[in-house]
Amino acid sequence: MPGSPIHPVSNQTNREQGSYMEVISAHGLEKRFPDLTAVDQISFAVEEKEIFGFLGPNGAGKTTTMKMIHCVSPKTGGILSVFGMDVNKDARKIKERLGIVPQENNLDPDFSAFQNLTIYGRYFGIPRRDAETKAEELLAFMQLSEKRDVLIEKLSGGMKRRLIIARALINDPQLLILDEPTIGLDPQARHLIWEKLRHLKAEGCTQVMTTHYLDEAERLCDRLVIMDHGKILVEGSPEKLVREYAGSEIIETTPTPEAISCLEAADISYDIFGDLLQVQTATPQAIAHTLMESCRHTTVTVRRATLEDVFLKLTGRTLRE
Amino acid sequence: MGYFGLTEISRGSLAVWRRNFDAFIRTYKVNFIPPFVEPVLYLLALGYGVGALIEDVNGIPYPVFIAPALVSISVMYSAFFECTYSSYVRMYYQKTFDAIIATPLSIEDIVTGEILWGATRGTIYAGLMIPVLFLFGVIDLPISLLLIPCAIPAGILFASIGICFTAITPSIDSLNYPAFLFITPMFLFSGTFFPISILPESLQYFAFGLLPLANVVSLNRAITAAEFSPLILYNIIWIIGVAAIFFVIGLNLMRRRLII
Ligand SMILES: Nc1ncnc2c1ncn2[C@@H]1O[C@H](COP(=O)(O)OP(=O)(O)O)[C@@H](O)[C@H]1O
Ligand SMILES: [Mg+2]
Repeated sequence: MPGSPIHPVSNQTNREQGSYMEVISAHGLEKRFPDLTAVDQISFAVEEKEIFGFLGPNGAGKTTTMKMIHCVSPKTGGILSVFGMDVNKDARKIKERLGIVPQENNLDPDFSAFQNLTIYGRYFGIPRRDAETKAEELLAFMQLSEKRDVLIEKLSGGMKRRLIIARALINDPQLLILDEPTIGLDPQARHLIWEKLRHLKAEGCTQVMTTHYLDEAERLCDRLVIMDHGKILVEGSPEKLVREYAGSEIIETTPTPEAISCLEAADISYDIFGDLLQVQTATPQAIAHTLMESCRHTTVTVRRATLEDVFLKLTGRTLRE
Repeated sequence: MGYFGLTEISRGSLAVWRRNFDAFIRTYKVNFIPPFVEPVLYLLALGYGVGALIEDVNGIPYPVFIAPALVSISVMYSAFFECTYSSYVRMYYQKTFDAIIATPLSIEDIVTGEILWGATRGTIYAGLMIPVLFLFGVIDLPISLLLIPCAIPAGILFASIGICFTAITPSIDSLNYPAFLFITPMFLFSGTFFPISILPESLQYFAFGLLPLANVVSLNRAITAAEFSPLILYNIIWIIGVAAIFFVIGLNLMRRRLII
């Protein structure tokens, strides 16, 4: 209709916004076990092509949340949809488009690395030829081609993890769920995996990961939530969380009586953790100066605040499990 | 979810079956030994050893009498143990089921695939024993080839019973209870090594009413003897009906165990 161009245009915009769908959306999501509530009414949304992180100490409810997302553990309350489909009704259709890297290795010990991939492809109904081609590609991608015909028990921890990631990619998933992808690995293996995950992200693969390695989250995640006791404490980008909850810099020194009285005299707030005194600040020079000059304190370090500071601040320093 | 989970079964169960078949073929050398060695040992020790003391059973030479029972026992053992100890290892230790439910397959597909595989293994063993028994001259061909199709429902029956125990066992050691208290007595008292007809009448009813192996042996013996009576119709209906019941029970017990 030439007379009213506005209407179709706004329609178009709406449709575009509609197609930019939330890959996962959860409202009041809850998982109750007979003796405890593992996930307590959490809400979050994961957008297309981002890496979304779940951080939290052991027992926070991360794995339980992942299992509800990939439809193997039924929720006991709330709403959870993946690709716009209900996890209760469309489990098969959702799972067709997911790649899962579970916390616990569950490669098939009866088969070689290559067969692990092709047999997994069969569960997705991928024709044999296609699965074989894809398996070779994935072994090369995860730098495992040399281990093609090796049984699982002969692989190192890092290789098993890489193979699990390769396995999760056999169906070209639109959403990859990684539950502690680099747990227990050496720095080399972790860096390789990070590189591959960034590569996948560049190709448009949305990822949800859990981790309790804060550096991992800081490097990879566009947005993340910090969970504890089944609840989401905060949500945001790593930079935003650090800025809001830990200041930009951290000054550390030993908590001597002089330092304490000196900081109190200058009306500077501080925290003491065992033999460590921390000051969060945006103006580190001034405070370091105070400590070193007025209080004659010699061992003062200034460092950038990290996600770890946010994490410890929000979840406390008490040991879990 | 409806109809006791039966609607959740898909063709994907065949991929589970195929996974187990592939694993079996990968180690075929050890897997193919039992069906060749077992009948030879039983025939030598019982057929010709014990059999030397026995004239015959209702006019049938003793080795010929036990031959169909040996096939039945082999189907029972291979299907039952596959779906108890082996399935439990895959489920609990190897986490194979966890890996599979992360794909489009359902728990029902996994359980169905496991049961079909247990039945297949029993059928393969029955098939491999036939040439051995034929060489000993204790069964006739081609009539005894009918033992192979009969092994399929019998295999599903024992595999389904096995899955039920796997679904409720607290540990792998506890699977010894059904093995010793259920499978071993059945091995001895199901008309395997002596005819059920010599038991008191009430025990005969008990055997045909409640013992899976008694019905399987009865059917298989009718085949090898080429003597068909109305009893085998009863045996066939019993085997298929009870297999269906335990299949559905196994499916639901497994769902209860695995969906948490
Ligand atoms: N099947 C279960 N039955 C009972 N409690 C469970 C079960 N699975 C997990 N939990 C409990 O739920 C809580 C959250 O566990 P989990 O999601 O694994 O935490 P995380 O992955 O963050 O370490 C823990 O207290 C754990 O013990
Ligand atoms: Mg976890």
